Amino acid sequence: MRAAHVLHLGVKELWSLGRDPIMLLLIVFVFTVSVYTGATVLPETLHTAPIAIVDEDRSPLSQRIIAAFAPPYFQAPKLIAQARMDGRMDAGLDTFALVIPSGFQRDVLAGRSPAVQLNVDATRVSQALTGSGYVQAIIAAEVLTFVRHDQPSPLPPVELVVRMRFNPALTKTWFGAVNKVIDNITLLSIVLTGAALIRERERGTIEHLLVMPVTPFEIMASKVWSMGLVVLGAGMLSLVFVVQGALAVPLAGSLPLFAAGAALYLFAATSLGIFLGTFARSMAQFGLLLMMVLLPLQMLSGGVTPRESMPALVRTVMLAAPNTHFVMLAQGILFRGATLAVVWPQFLALALIGTLFFAVAHARFRSAITAMA
Amino acid sequence: MVQLTDVRLRFGSTWALAGVSLEVAGGGLTGLVGPDGVGKSSLLALVAGTRALQQGRLRVLGGDMASPRHRRQVCPRIAYMPQGLGNNLSPTLTVLENVDFFARLFGQERDERRRRIGGLLERTGLGPFARRPARLLSGGMKQKLGLCCALIHDPDLLILDEPTTGVDPLSRRQFWDLIASIRADHPRMSVLAATASMDEAARFDRLVAMDGGRVLSSGTPAELLLRTGADTPEAAFIALLPEARRLEHHPVVIPPRPRGDGQVAIEAIDLCKRFGSFLAVDRVSLRIERGEIFGFLGSNGCGKTTTMKVLAGLLPATCGQVRLFDRPLDAGDLATRRRVGYMSQAFSLYAELTVHQNLVLHARLFQVPEAEIAGRTASLMGQFGLEKLGDALPDALPLGVRQRLSLAVALVHRPELLILDEPTSGVDPIARDSFWQQLIDLSRTDRVTIFLSTHFINEAQRCDRLSLMHAGRVLVSDTPAGLMARRHQDSLEAAFIGYLEEAGAGGAMARPPGAIPSAPIAAPAVAADDRPTPQPERLGFSLQRLGSYTRREALELGRDPIRITTAVLGSLFLMVVMAFGMSMDVEDLPYAVLDRDGTTTSRDYALNLAGSRYFIEHPSLDGYDALDRRLRTGELSVAIELPSGLGRDRDRGDPTAIGAWIDGSMPMRAETVRAYVQGLHAQWLAVRAGLDRGGAGPLSPARIETRFRYNPDISSLVAMVPAMIPILLLLIPAILAALSVVREKELGTIVNFYATPVSRLEFLLGKQLPYVALAMVNYGLLTLLAVTLFRVPVTGSVLAQATGALLYVICATGLGLLISTLVRTQIAALFGTAVLTILPATSFCGLLDPVSSLQGPGAVIGAIYPTAHDLTISTGTFSKALGFADLLGPFAALLLAVPVLLGLAVLFLRKQET
Repeated sequence: MRAAHVLHLGVKELWSLGRDPIMLLLIVFVFTVSVYTGATVLPETLHTAPIAIVDEDRSPLSQRIIAAFAPPYFQAPKLIAQARMDGRMDAGLDTFALVIPSGFQRDVLAGRSPAVQLNVDATRVSQALTGSGYVQAIIAAEVLTFVRHDQPSPLPPVELVVRMRFNPALTKTWFGAVNKVIDNITLLSIVLTGAALIRERERGTIEHLLVMPVTPFEIMASKVWSMGLVVLGAGMLSLVFVVQGALAVPLAGSLPLFAAGAALYLFAATSLGIFLGTFARSMAQFGLLLMMVLLPLQMLSGGVTPRESMPALVRTVMLAAPNTHFVMLAQGILFRGATLAVVWPQFLALALIGTLFFAVAHARFRSAITAMA
Repeated sequence: MVQLTDVRLRFGSTWALAGVSLEVAGGGLTGLVGPDGVGKSSLLALVAGTRALQQGRLRVLGGDMASPRHRRQVCPRIAYMPQGLGNNLSPTLTVLENVDFFARLFGQERDERRRRIGGLLERTGLGPFARRPARLLSGGMKQKLGLCCALIHDPDLLILDEPTTGVDPLSRRQFWDLIASIRADHPRMSVLAATASMDEAARFDRLVAMDGGRVLSSGTPAELLLRTGADTPEAAFIALLPEARRLEHHPVVIPPRPRGDGQVAIEAIDLCKRFGSFLAVDRVSLRIERGEIFGFLGSNGCGKTTTMKVLAGLLPATCGQVRLFDRPLDAGDLATRRRVGYMSQAFSLYAELTVHQNLVLHARLFQVPEAEIAGRTASLMGQFGLEKLGDALPDALPLGVRQRLSLAVALVHRPELLILDEPTSGVDPIARDSFWQQLIDLSRTDRVTIFLSTHFINEAQRCDRLSLMHAGRVLVSDTPAGLMARRHQDSLEAAFIGYLEEAGAGGAMARPPGAIPSAPIAAPAVAADDRPTPQPERLGFSLQRLGSYTRREALELGRDPIRITTAVLGSLFLMVVMAFGMSMDVEDLPYAVLDRDGTTTSRDYALNLAGSRYFIEHPSLDGYDALDRRLRTGELSVAIELPSGLGRDRDRGDPTAIGAWIDGSMPMRAETVRAYVQGLHAQWLAVRAGLDRGGAGPLSPARIETRFRYNPDISSLVAMVPAMIPILLLLIPAILAALSVVREKELGTIVNFYATPVSRLEFLLGKQLPYVALAMVNYGLLTLLAVTLFRVPVTGSVLAQATGALLYVICATGLGLLISTLVRTQIAALFGTAVLTILPATSFCGLLDPVSSLQGPGAVIGAIYPTAHDLTISTGTFSKALGFADLLGPFAALLLAVPVLLGLAVLFLRKQET
């Protein structure tokens, strides 16, 4: 291997990218607009949930309960007749339907502990669980204050004090922003290297390289370093200016340590891009492959939903994917302020996976390129 | 028959046609001659009606081609064969299937089709290859197949765009003989053909010489020769050029080759190359001496390029031996590569690098010493006339200049051997001659060995020695003069044809033209009363034309492994991934306890946690340091701190507090953990209170009875799976439908849609049907997966669900078609469709937040996007036990969306190239 070749070929890649306005636009877009919106549009747990109320009591207490449901958690309740309740829930118009029976206030005051009926559309898991908790708490609080003539209620015998570490208010933007950066690092590193390889093959320039005193290893290494550098640079800028700056997310850990981890991850991801590029015969096929690979990588890496919620088999299989380790590493460093002493296993895993991916792509490279030429 | 009046055509800022006026009479064979890029193809496409007229008047077959009505009426009388080898054929379809596709497009019944196809295949000699896929045909056979497809409907006007470019001399002669014999049978048919090869000019009744988007001159071949006083058509063409261009031309001078020293530059011994079961190169032996110009002649696909790639070390040989400079060729030996320069068929330098950057990069990669690079690139740029173009990007340069640049790049490291694969194809005669002069100088002055391939006879004439290649074998190698002498012919072309015939090339086509009219051809079917004249009813909506496209799309799809796999299994795979990835049931959360109390009460609290299925206990903590560290590593999701005195304080009723430290780095998980911890805490309190009071709890002022409807276990899967199916049925069918149309645009087969009577609606529906069918198969599989693997039962009407799915996949594929009409490249179609489907479908259609929760633009999208309605149908029939009667609203919305989407697609689709 000649370092000079790797350097010159890599510089060539940078020139190519620099003269491709669409790719440049894509890079800028995903690391600014996409990160910003991705972080801010994430819905909070319960947001304007639709609720309908069948009020058969029409008492001050029922009015009080109706008035307690308000944005942002709930939409202003729709008052409907009992007969329309089932139809509306079937059509998916309401997630919650509350029935306040007639004589409710009278029975409450008489100490007969009457029941209100809360119907929940449990096909909307995201709203159903948390939402019904909120509804119950709201009704209980309203009834209690009504009964106690607006006196505060006593404390329970043993209190549970919940403290959120690393993100005290559970602001979803924090998580969403960093996760978006991670996703876009994955997307771009695979797209840039894979597309660059396919473009070279479609134009026949890769053949040219292969008749020159240049080895496939040098060609691959040059793509890895140049594209990796671009994505790393863009990703770090996005982290500093968009995530820390515009979105004001406090990052706990050391950015240089994160950058080192990201560099290792890019080694693996760009190798994966080259590997996919050796399979596809055209950009269109590459695109189809990309969707089939990218979506599982992102959804199952632990960056969208916690790994704990996945079956054990999926969890084990996903340990072979670089994303999984990168997500662990990123969350550890950026949110929990972890140091190398804590995240070294992820560094090691990324280095191993990257080397393996690179080796496999290298093994396929020459035969795949020439067979399809 | 054809009349052009001041026709102009502009692409961006360049004029492809700069005011052409021309009249073509009926019944003749008219040739447009001129090099590539002078506007021949544009002119033919305009006449064929496949390209939209911009300026000027154009009348074809008695009507104005600017009128869509006239185009539609005359297109069954015109046949158009575009440029390139088999560019309007489907490479994966067989010969028979290709011709059959066109026959169906022209509305022929089964018997008529069989008779016509049989006749045409017989006549062109393709009969024995009827079941061979078009991509495996040789160049000559592809063109014969293209001709069959063009002649299937007995056109009055046959338009051929460079039909013999890239075809071997024998096939070329056979092709023109075939045209001649068909014209003899159909004297009314006119033929308008373009050619870049001046050798063919003599065959035409009338020639139109073109250059720079203008007609230079026209007349019979004899008239043109007489007018210019030239002795060959090529010389006549150069004489017709404007003076400024003509002055650039210098006749090629070939000094005789000095006697060689017998040193061999490259030698191949019994070389073979096999691709799968296809033997591309069959025992080729060659021996090229140092300083020689060695030519390789043969048709496209005969193995020239493969042989050259093996010799250049690009492909490993299957068997045989290559010796380069007296040493065996080793693909891994980087040192020998420095002695070879290679120039591939297509221009293959970096379009993103300037001329100068390309030269410097290649010099560096060939390890030219850094100190010499500046001098070397400067002298090459001078030698090849590139001095002023150093900062230009190659794409901005004319083809001839780019070829010079390619040659300069191939020479940057002073190779001793140059391997050039068709270096002059597409280059105009003047640039070609100057290119050749440079090659000759290299050979004679610098003693560089030159090995090049060509299909121009006059270039072959200039080589020191030649090899003729056919079907993977070298037929003969000798000097041009030696070859002619051996066959006793006075032209090189005749000598080659002799060798090719001897090798059995051309098959049934080798019959003399005179014998053809008696052959059983399409002629009997074409009695005057049986002519397929355009009947008015055939111009209306035709199921047969639609079916023709459906059939073809289905066949092609079945033969593309990546697309068919994606279509059948892609959705299933993504469903499994998403079901696992989007599950919100969090279990097995790791926790640890910091117990500072150590009483039965605190142990009871810890046991209560350990008994929950949501939590997994890790070793207990001994202090805040451990708590902090283990939360930081991500080992623990939650740490519970039980204060000292907990048991005592609780028993006394003194206030006390239990601490729960939750890892908040993942807010969604943290909230779930909080809900679980709080629930367990309340439960523990209630149980303890009950025990204290001996069982009876206090009455609360009011009770809340919560009924979780439709999904009593509140399982994520039951909720998510019915909602995911509509999203999966959107994404992949829409992408595949969009690709199906854009692929035709990229490959050029879209020209069949422009040139045949198929209407826009027939075309779109025909393309859509296979994908609708596949999407319904997918729907069936997804539902099966939901019921079996994920155990989500269908509680409502299966029929309603399936009907909804059918309407919905028609919308989904319709959306793909709509997008396809707006983009040009497959990659744009792919990403465009992905962006326009994934975002609205997942965010605004009720997957996470119900549509009724949305506001602003999101609410509008949620109201009109088809996914939202099918999502209602899907969850309704899966979980809510609903049927047709309960879902009238969503059904109505989908029924409305189908004509809207297809109508828009038809509106935006162009029936001509613009």
